[in-house]
Amino acid sequence: MTPDMVEKLRELLPQVTGYIYPNEIEVHWGILIVVYPYITGIVAGAFILASLVKVFNVKEVQPLYRLALLTALAFLLVAPLSLVSHLGHPFRSYEIFLTPQTSSAMAMFGFVYAWYLMVVLLVEIWFDYRKDMIVWAREETGIMKHIHRILALFSTDTSEAALRFDNRALKVITIIGIPSAFLLHGYVGFIFGSIKANPWWSSVLMPIVFLFSAIVSGIALVILLYMVIYPLLGGKIDMKCVDKAMSFLFYAVIVDFSLEFVDFIHRIYQSEEEIKILGELVMNKLFFSLVIVQVLMGMLFPLGILSAIKIFRQFRESDELRKLLYFVSLILIQGGIFATRWNVVIGGQMFSKSFRGLTTYKMEFGGIEGLLYALGLLALPVVILAVLLKILPAWKELQRKGQAEAA
Amino acid sequence: MMDRRSFLKKILSFLAVSGAAMGGFLKAGSAGAQATEEHARKLWGFGVSSDKCIGCARCVIACKSENNVPKEPFFYRTWVERYMIPMEGEAVVTNIHMGLAPEAEAPSTKGILRSFFVPKLCNQCAHPPCVQVCPVGATFSTDDGVVLVNDKTCIGCRYCIQACPYGARYLHPKTHTADKCTFCYHRLNRDLLPACVEVCPTQARVIGDLHSPASPMTRFKRMNKIFVLKSNLNTEPKVLYAHIDGEVR
Repeated sequence: MTPDMVEKLRELLPQVTGYIYPNEIEVHWGILIVVYPYITGIVAGAFILASLVKVFNVKEVQPLYRLALLTALAFLLVAPLSLVSHLGHPFRSYEIFLTPQTSSAMAMFGFVYAWYLMVVLLVEIWFDYRKDMIVWAREETGIMKHIHRILALFSTDTSEAALRFDNRALKVITIIGIPSAFLLHGYVGFIFGSIKANPWWSSVLMPIVFLFSAIVSGIALVILLYMVIYPLLGGKIDMKCVDKAMSFLFYAVIVDFSLEFVDFIHRIYQSEEEIKILGELVMNKLFFSLVIVQVLMGMLFPLGILSAIKIFRQFRESDELRKLLYFVSLILIQGGIFATRWNVVIGGQMFSKSFRGLTTYKMEFGGIEGLLYALGLLALPVVILAVLLKILPAWKELQRKGQAEAA
Repeated sequence: MMDRRSFLKKILSFLAVSGAAMGGFLKAGSAGAQATEEHARKLWGFGVSSDKCIGCARCVIACKSENNVPKEPFFYRTWVERYMIPMEGEAVVTNIHMGLAPEAEAPSTKGILRSFFVPKLCNQCAHPPCVQVCPVGATFSTDDGVVLVNDKTCIGCRYCIQACPYGARYLHPKTHTADKCTFCYHRLNRDLLPACVEVCPTQARVIGDLHSPASPMTRFKRMNKIFVLKSNLNTEPKVLYAHIDGEVR
């Protein structure tokens, strides 16, 4: 054992209030486990946004379709990194696939993940891009030609019948994809919600709350990325699309807020054994991250802004003003959802299961459990997305514009 | 070059030696199977008499040295809590070991109605949440009712630590795997008592076979009113408490 670690734990001692079981001083799931549900939430939410186009035929949000799929893929690729990095024995992680314990929610991770990546996301992206990749490969020269040929798995058929098949396949996969996305994130909620030892986590609502907060964070991030990337590539933001997507986001936030409110009221009304310590937890340890960041800034304030846009005509008339207000709301919502994950994961470990005291969490800066590494994990999907957008451009109109300018 | 006679001699002696070794191995194997069978008929249980405990913490120290538990006050397979019930207000609870753990301010003795010690350890639940959640089956229940951790396959995800309602598990800082009380399973299998039971000067801790009418546990259950911790969670602990207070969680 490193003397460093002992010293760190010793430093925490004075900050412990009341009585905690002696093994409880160390918060076992740190910032990496906060990042994990945040990232998978974005995957699920982005996919749900994409399915609006394919399954529910919401034509206005078509410009977000491919971006949403690629965002989901970029984040999904990073999701297991935070989990594996956190393990005491990362090199044994394959054991989850070889000798999974069927009663363990966590053991199912590998299978849910593989299903979602292999059966849903990759296949959907492939069918959607197949024709384009063939066309690009015909027109291009050099390395990109080969990349597109390989990614298209050397298919060359662009006949009417083949394209009709692509479309049908896309529809079927999206229909399978929606419950899969629900499964992916609902299951992450279940990992926490099924722990009966921990009253902060143990709730049947947990998977549903996770799901709706996932939809909120996914939709919000895709809109945010669109509003940043599209103008950077020389396009003009389609406000009809953003308005429509923001409208969906608005309703998702309302449902998310209502669910969390129901959970809150239920706990207060039932007032079980743990209510006193949970009250102390919220008022002392989580006041800033829960009351201020998650509820006020992450939900109520953006809801206020979005309601104002819906109610007052002045906002609807000025695109620039609306863009600014949307942008602010999206950032606040992202912060709010990250705080939600923080409050669930870290909050759930800060009170003792003796219900008599609170411990504290001191995040490191460097190191594998540190802030820097976590920020790196959050930035990595954006880098992957940039590469994906380079190889698989999301907007044909920008390509044509670029080609016309080059000519 | 080897002639035929010496070749046959060598073959014969090889067969004789390997045959004898094989026989011995099989015999040892069947003896092992017999021992396992005998243990499988048992169901280990543990009794704690709260009013016999004097809070000397010898059990804690013995456990730490027997099982290579780090000495620092953040890692315990067993620990002892002191409860002080005041005239008014909340019970004051502290971990008595070494005085290094967080000590709450003791109220003046005048205001205390009663005070008692409660030794804590893994409850070896019949329905262990830790076993249920372990993703790789590294934590498992033995046939004789003890929950163990295989540190060769534990991946260190700490899900079991989160799932344990009793705070009985910790992540061993050297092995990076989950660790907890095993009832000193290595000693039980050699017909020795667990270290904590062995050193307890007041016999506040007893261990025995819950199936055997002649075991100390049967006597413990006959002589005492029995409580288990957090019975509402349906974990069915095999650590039984006598004379504890409703305050104990």
